[in-house]
Amino acid sequence: MIPAPFDYVAAESAAHAIELLSQHGDDAKVLAGGHSLLPMMKLRLAAPEVLIDIARVADLAGISVDGDELVIGATTRHADLASSELVRADAPLLAHAASLVGDPQIRHRGTIGGSLAHADPAADLPMALVALGGSVELTSAGGTRLVAADDFFAGFFETALEPGELLTAVRVPRRPGVAWGYQKFVRRANDWAIVGAAAIDGRIALANMGSVPVRARAAEQALADGASAADAARLAADGTSPGEDIHADRAFRQHLARVLTRRALEHIS
Amino acid sequence: MQVELTVNGEQRSDDVEPRLLLVHYLREVCGLRAANIGCDTTSCGACTVLLNGESVKSCTVLAAQATGQDVVTAEGLAAAGELHPVQAAFRAEHGLQCGFCTPGMVMAAVSLLRENPSPTEEQVREGLEGNLCRCTGYHNIIRAVLAASGQAEVTA
Ligand SMILES: Cc1cc2nc3c(=O)[nH]c(=O)nc-3n(C[C@H](O)[C@H](O)[C@H](O)COP(=O)(O)OP(=O)(O)OC[C@H]3O[C@@H](n4cnc5c(N)ncnc54)[C@H](O)[C@@H]3O)c2cc1C
Ligand code: FES
Ligand code: FES
Repeated sequence: MIPAPFDYVAAESAAHAIELLSQHGDDAKVLAGGHSLLPMMKLRLAAPEVLIDIARVADLAGISVDGDELVIGATTRHADLASSELVRADAPLLAHAASLVGDPQIRHRGTIGGSLAHADPAADLPMALVALGGSVELTSAGGTRLVAADDFFAGFFETALEPGELLTAVRVPRRPGVAWGYQKFVRRANDWAIVGAAAIDGRIALANMGSVPVRARAAEQALADGASAADAARLAADGTSPGEDIHADRAFRQHLARVLTRRALEHIS
Repeated sequence: MQVELTVNGEQRSDDVEPRLLLVHYLREVCGLRAANIGCDTTSCGACTVLLNGESVKSCTVLAAQATGQDVVTAEGLAAAGELHPVQAAFRAEHGLQCGFCTPGMVMAAVSLLRENPSPTEEQVREGLEGNLCRCTGYHNIIRAVLAASGQAEVTA
């Protein structure tokens, strides 16, 4: 399968990428690891006229500490997140989530920015970011705005990214030593979650239980009110409306959400 | 567009279409046929090559994305005419039958052993998660990678 023809431009800096984005408008797409975009282009589900490659832009990569947050450049790859001493110490849930994405080859290419911008509700890093209560930096010619993970995911494969905006960095609170739980239910190697659950500090996020990564609010409330892990987890699917596919129908997904939430919470206690 | 990259140690410069996939570039422009196209959907790993020393699925990388970088295919492993320790172990342990998955398996194993020179059996199984073999049942492949592990030359 071969993508439709396009023009390719390698951005030299974040500012250059943003300039190219505003210059080409809707015809252009950002290319990071290409592990969501290229498969779609090969299937001709996407046919951008211009690709702006940001993968080799130095000022978009790297992981640093800013006060009580980790700042992770958009083009940081899954493999780098999973092996980073800093992330493993300060946001181990995120490092673990990255280590479960696809397979080693996919983790050598895919990036955190690409995964979040793609906004697949079944994906690992969007769920992890919602559980962690992180945020994303969105930068355009007009400046940078910070959007909380809870507000970033707008719908099925839709985000708060506006035309001309580049996701430049991801911020997650540093929580060394805080217990967390992460559960991903899959049937095949290198696959997305049929359902996933991630929990830390009273927050619970679910993957593939709706059009965006969702919070299990009823279960969170029960925990806050002093319920046991098992009792809180019984409420994990309340208010969710997961889709159905060959892997699972709605009732099975809701069952999985309860079981995986219980396991994630029990891992904490 | 012009791509400039190193393939198996050789500096190359080729005029390609931006949409040319790395696997097609390697097979058709460079004439290197080790990387196979199995699924064409990032699943089977038959197209695995090393990009800057790390395993990638070349059916899901543009040649353009490899600009300025270093690509190694299975042909480049035995460049000196002597089998790479991972290749030798696949032969000694009967890690292949039809051989279609083998170049990808070997490249994935080389990358795995660079990151973790002495993996456990479980780590080898997980490390080869991105590679499918329809013939061997995997046992001899795992045995080959374990046999090659811990050898000093493997990480070279
Ligand atoms: C076989 C297979 C299995 C997979 N399994 C999993 C899995 O188990 N779990 C999981 O979470 N994911 C999985 N993935 C997806 C993988 O994680 C992708 O790498 C990721 O979703 C996209 O990241 P990327 O860097 O490759 O983005 P790209 O494909 O380059 O881009 C994806 C989208 O985001 C946009 N974009 C990219 N970067 C930016 C930016 N900085 N600012 C604004 N827009 C941007 C692009 O324009 C495009 O629309 C799998 C992929 C494959 C092919
Ligand atoms: S052909 Fe590339 S992964 Fe199967
Ligand atoms: S040896 Fe035939 S597919 Fe692996």
